[in-house]
Amino acid sequence: MEVVDYYLYTKEHEWVSIENNVATVGVTDYAQEALGDITFVELPAVDAEVEQFEEFATLESVKAASDIFSPISGKVIEVNTLLESEPGILNKSPYERGWIAKIEISDSDEASNLMTAEEYRKFLESAG
Amino acid sequence: MIPYIANTPEDIKEMLRVIGVGRIDDLFRDIQPAYAPKAFNLPPGRSELEVTAWIHRLASKNASHLIPFIGGGYYDHYVPAAVTALVSRGEFYTAYTPYQPECSQGTLQALYEFQSAICALTGMEAANASLYDGGTALYEAAMMAIRITGRRKIIMDGGVSPIYRKIVKTYTSNLHFEFAETPVVHGQSNRQEIYKILDKDTAAVILQNPNFFGAIDDHADIIAKAHQTGALAVESVYPISLGLLKTPGEMGADIVTGEGQSLGLPLNFGGPYLGFMAARREFIRKMPGRIVGETVDQKGRRAFVNTLQAREQHIRREKAASNICTNVSLCALQAVIYMCLLGKEGFKELAQLNLDKAEFARRQIEQIEGVEVKRSSPTFNEFTVYLPQDASEVVEKMIAKGFAAGFPLGRYYKGMERYMIVAVTEKRTRQEILDYARCLREVLCR
Repeated sequence: MEVVDYYLYTKEHEWVSIENNVATVGVTDYAQEALGDITFVELPAVDAEVEQFEEFATLESVKAASDIFSPISGKVIEVNTLLESEPGILNKSPYERGWIAKIEISDSDEASNLMTAEEYRKFLESAG
Repeated sequence: MIPYIANTPEDIKEMLRVIGVGRIDDLFRDIQPAYAPKAFNLPPGRSELEVTAWIHRLASKNASHLIPFIGGGYYDHYVPAAVTALVSRGEFYTAYTPYQPECSQGTLQALYEFQSAICALTGMEAANASLYDGGTALYEAAMMAIRITGRRKIIMDGGVSPIYRKIVKTYTSNLHFEFAETPVVHGQSNRQEIYKILDKDTAAVILQNPNFFGAIDDHADIIAKAHQTGALAVESVYPISLGLLKTPGEMGADIVTGEGQSLGLPLNFGGPYLGFMAARREFIRKMPGRIVGETVDQKGRRAFVNTLQAREQHIRREKAASNICTNVSLCALQAVIYMCLLGKEGFKELAQLNLDKAEFARRQIEQIEGVEVKRSSPTFNEFTVYLPQDASEVVEKMIAKGFAAGFPLGRYYKGMERYMIVAVTEKRTRQEILDYARCLREVLCR
């Protein structure tokens, strides 16, 4: 199961990559594998205010729907509209082309509530 | 007949022993005495003969001999014998949606054809596999608009069936939505009033065509105005009228619902009926209920599936598009058989026949002294009649003459006690219409 070294992670299997106070958010390889073929992504609205660990998007697979929680608080500044037409990208490239949204971070201290790659790997092992 | 509870006293004793409970009443200990029923009125069981006789006695109280001129959303259309015969086949005659749906390709194909027919009829892009009835379908449309827009205000035109409006308000009474109802003007949607309250908080404008008074209206202008504010337009329709009228799709509606009873289902004293719903394709994931889709199986053959199930409660639980919607597969099947039997041309002819007979009836009724047929807008097979007396009393007197004469509007509209709506379907013969007019004249002259 791929875990990217310099990303941060949540227990709900979202990843976040922070650069210049903007968080790019997606779901992990583990999440996409557990969900199976993703058929639809309900993206958040651009400009929506999101709270850390609150639901902000939904992924649908053939026979399941899963809420995605924002790893960090802030304002949605961009969403990956490619996922609307090609949701399968989330399965193929969860850490790169399958990113879900970019969030302008309102409180950078919240990053300390997230797991490092090392911690997430251990979390997966203990859960698995 | 079998007793109410089939278990023998020995069975019950054994079951109680296994679970370690002394008496049956102990199972209900948690219910406070105030909420517990004092007694059950369960007389001893009766024989099949007695029960059949009793049911027949009850059925004889039904006033099935009256010649109906009542519409109000439910219409006395002819149901061809082939519809009843086909729908009664054992392969179809199951009460509910199958739980391993893909095993039942025939049922799924029938529902898929039903959806296709509803789309063709309404001019919309996507339909679901049916809802409970026309009123609850309209409620589901209101909820769908609220989900899509994220807004909480609903404008309901006064021409929408008062029964439906009540259903929508009852179902949403604890959800804290804002409802605004605009009264009709000269029998039509009151544009001025609607535009006055249409704003950025409005999720939907709910309209009906023909409206409850029978008036036909082209809502394209209202729908365009609604779209300008980001609101959706919901249109409730009478399917038979669509054989002639501009479709809600052509008017630009976003969600269309209706009562499908007129599509081959008998009146049945109130049900089971058939709700239908269609929408623009982009809203399909916000639609409640079952949706059947076409696909191919492993061998590449055409096959049907229940699709987009992630909207539904067995997947999404409390966040489902609806937790109270139901589908009425057998009624939907009946409707699709009916529509196929008529075909496109037959459907148009049927609509024309309804219009022609209603126009004939209108001309007869108009000639009665003191009676006035409202003509401020065109009508289909139903129109509003002003009487020189209380309409409820007139309807009462007409019953004695063998007619269900119309729907008295005073029941739902204050100040309209002297009005009734009269519906005329293809089933009404020339003689019935002439007799109706003669009897109405007699009743009013006295």
